[in-house]
Amino acid sequence: MEGMKETVEESLREIRETFASGRTRSLKWRKAQIGAIYEMVKDNEDKICSALFQDLGKHSTEAFRDELGLVLRSATVAINSLDKWAVPKHSNLPLLFYPAKGKVISEPYGTVLVLSSWNFPISLSLDPLIGAIAAGNTVLLKSSELSPNASAFLAKTIPAYLDTKAIKVIEGGPDVATILLQHQWDKIFFTGSPKIGRIIMAAAAQHLTPVTLELGGKCPTIVDHHTISKNIKSVVKRIAGGKWGSCSGQACISVDYVLIEKSYASSLIDMLKPTIKSFFGENPKESGCLSKIATKQHVQRLSRLLNDPRVQASIVHGGSIDEEKLYVEPTILLDPPLDSEIMNEEIFGPILPIITVRDIQESIGIIKTKPKPLAIYAFTNDENLKTRILSETSSGSVTFNDVMIQYMCDALPFGGVGESGIGRYHGKYSFDCFSHEKAIMEGSLGMDLDARYPPWNNFKLTFIRLAFREAYFKLILLMLGLKR
Amino acid sequence: MAAKKMFGAANASILVTDLRRSFDDGVTRGYEWRVTQLKKLLIICDNHEPEIVAALRDDLGKPELESSVYEVSLLRNSIKLALKQLKNWMAPEKAKTSLTTFPASAEIVSEPLGVVLVISAWNYPFLLSIDPVIGAISAGNAVVLKPSELAPASSALLAKLMEQYLDSSAVRVVEGAVTETTALLEQKWDKIFYTGSSKIGRVIMAAAAKHLTPVVLELGGKSPVVVDSDTDLKVTVRRIIAGKWGCNNGQACISPDYILTTKEYAPKVIDAMKKELETFYGKNPMESKDMSRIVNSTHFDRLSKLLDEKEVSDKIVYGGEKDRENLKIAPTILLDVPLDSLIMSEEIFGPLLPILTLNNLEESFDVIRSRPKPLAAYLFTHNKKLKERFATTVSAGGIVVNDIAVHLALHTLPFGGVGESGMGAYHGKFSFDAFSHKKAVLYRSLFGDSAVRYPPYSRGKLRLLKALVDSNIFDIFKVLLGLS
Repeated sequence: MEGMKETVEESLREIRETFASGRTRSLKWRKAQIGAIYEMVKDNEDKICSALFQDLGKHSTEAFRDELGLVLRSATVAINSLDKWAVPKHSNLPLLFYPAKGKVISEPYGTVLVLSSWNFPISLSLDPLIGAIAAGNTVLLKSSELSPNASAFLAKTIPAYLDTKAIKVIEGGPDVATILLQHQWDKIFFTGSPKIGRIIMAAAAQHLTPVTLELGGKCPTIVDHHTISKNIKSVVKRIAGGKWGSCSGQACISVDYVLIEKSYASSLIDMLKPTIKSFFGENPKESGCLSKIATKQHVQRLSRLLNDPRVQASIVHGGSIDEEKLYVEPTILLDPPLDSEIMNEEIFGPILPIITVRDIQESIGIIKTKPKPLAIYAFTNDENLKTRILSETSSGSVTFNDVMIQYMCDALPFGGVGESGIGRYHGKYSFDCFSHEKAIMEGSLGMDLDARYPPWNNFKLTFIRLAFREAYFKLILLMLGLKR
Repeated sequence: MAAKKMFGAANASILVTDLRRSFDDGVTRGYEWRVTQLKKLLIICDNHEPEIVAALRDDLGKPELESSVYEVSLLRNSIKLALKQLKNWMAPEKAKTSLTTFPASAEIVSEPLGVVLVISAWNYPFLLSIDPVIGAISAGNAVVLKPSELAPASSALLAKLMEQYLDSSAVRVVEGAVTETTALLEQKWDKIFYTGSSKIGRVIMAAAAKHLTPVVLELGGKSPVVVDSDTDLKVTVRRIIAGKWGCNNGQACISPDYILTTKEYAPKVIDAMKKELETFYGKNPMESKDMSRIVNSTHFDRLSKLLDEKEVSDKIVYGGEKDRENLKIAPTILLDVPLDSLIMSEEIFGPLLPILTLNNLEESFDVIRSRPKPLAAYLFTHNKKLKERFATTVSAGGIVVNDIAVHLALHTLPFGGVGESGMGAYHGKFSFDAFSHKKAVLYRSLFGDSAVRYPPYSRGKLRLLKALVDSNIFDIFKVLLGLS
């Protein structure tokens, strides 16, 4: 650990120096670095897909759709938009302050720490990295030890493509993170669980370091059968894709559980089963299209959630587990008790509880008993229900009639609220996430008003009062001696 | 008068539960409620100004003009702006969607965070209490205000007026000191807005971390003033004096803390300052009624200690008189105190102004950059290049060229710190945003589903995905037509 402590200190010293040198302020430098990230991903598609396959059994199409493609797009958008993003925003100042000028410029925080996660180890490392670089910061990235191949790829390849004096990668687990958090950073960006999010923020508080925490929660999916029955096939496919089609349910925005009216639950289940089969064949374990669970410990956690006898009793599909192969079968539960563990922690796995209600409106009440999630999904064409969902629930985001796709819309901020996180990114929000918005005001040395200065008297008081109320006419009267 | 009840953990818990119930019942969400509360705050400003001025005189010896202008008038403007703009601020913002999420429409909806805590400071007790509360109410939150106990008359008046006029089911004031603040901080808030010192800012953020509560911390620092010889000296000096001694006698977060100028120019600056100080405050500034006093004996002793330090006390070139009984210290200028003296190591927050001389003005950048980032940095010059360099390379909450402190009054510029001087910003719409969650909402159609999204994965799907990501229509067609 001593060696690691020194490595961290040395790395931090170097990237701080680089920031102080001003090199990262140049837009040209930033675009070149982001361009290098683009090249790195394009040149190494096969290596990356292979690493993701080894770490998570991720199929290359999933890897591309959820990680590589996203990063390529992110990089392209950043390069194409950076000039626009970096332009100062001019402000209109009230007449009282004429001829003063005001503007806001985005400046880099300085030296940024990015702590990435294991489930999307490439995109959750490179996407924030792109944002931090676009904003002109130097960065230290710690990739997750639970995706060792992806982590090794990043540690080895980033130095080959990027400016090593400005961007560094450190591999390691919680002990390395602890060392990193003892130091002062200008910004910390963390993706992970709310439990660790608290630890990160407490450490940041010691240095007054601003944080962005991309956490998680139970993303509910409301299915209003009445109003979408015509398109039920699409709905079922989307829900299935949102649960099992992306890292086997181990995504912060995965469909966690479904809410549907009791009378339609069984038809939903009856449609989900063949959909699962169409995705993964007779034996999902061998399909090659279903990601693995991250580690044995994670399998054990999911196993424990299923072991509750009341939960066991609610299994209507799946349920088998192969710890050796890091496999949990796509599983559907019907009405596990609301007070069971599986209904009170983020599942983060391929188990789908279906919770029935008498009236779909009740689903809002259930959602509100839980911490604010990262996303709420609702399949409905009922405008009233949509309005109720928007105004009575709170979540990072709401998506109507689809799942997970809000992630790809880079005009929308991506982030949580309450337990699901602090701050946001994607698109220009990434640039803003890593920037300090500095207000600049320029006054004029000419045009000085005596009324601004002591000694105070009634005239000056009246003058300033009127000036503040922007009562310009009365102000003129005052100055002309026509007002007392 | 009844003895004050002890406010402990139990009271804090009941308070938050009450307010949360009001919030969940929807009391604070509607436009009407917010407008009504804002109008009541306006009535407080309009009908109770003499009492406010009297309380400020009791607590701080604040001159009527300062109270009237820098507290009441600024608040009035803030409220009126919110009333005028609230509908705009509350309206959803449309967001652009892209080919990958087609067909869809997206918007960003502002929603209140819930129940928020505003902890205010003693130096501008009305402004720094009510201005954030304006933001909290505009954004639709329930709010608890804890004013500073170091301005007891103001605290009591705030508690009385707010209870009298505002909806106590959703807006409450808790008076008190460390015990009460600690009890409040143990509760779960949806946002905490704190104005005060960096030291306590850390305590606030650490407490917030336990609940993943986002914070705005408006802290302080040593705001430097760089004075170039290429300036209008009389105007420069008048503005510095008005911004320092004319704003609560130097006890303000954006007070000019120290001056940097060349060895050559310094004598001219000092002479001009002496002359204008006499014009403003007379030959006996200790008798002038146009300056606030020092708030209490603790701060008086603190400031005394700064002046009495060896190697500092002999650098006084103007002023230096002290009167502990009346809590007064004369406007004092010091020349070239040691860089490692106490007075150059902590935020002065008082009527002492060190002037540091340099061989050339370039060196001022290094001096400023070697210190924690301040809330404001000031520059007086006609030199355009210098202005440009200053604005882009000096990191501070805000930069003001050719004036002092006025940016506080500008609702079009975000007001906040960076690094040690704080995180987050407010004023104008920034206040509304500070207390809002910006919820991303995506409306998707149930048509237009692409098999590309779902397993089983294949080469063809991968190719199509790549083309979609590149948003290259030509490539997409080629793939769809099987030509690629």
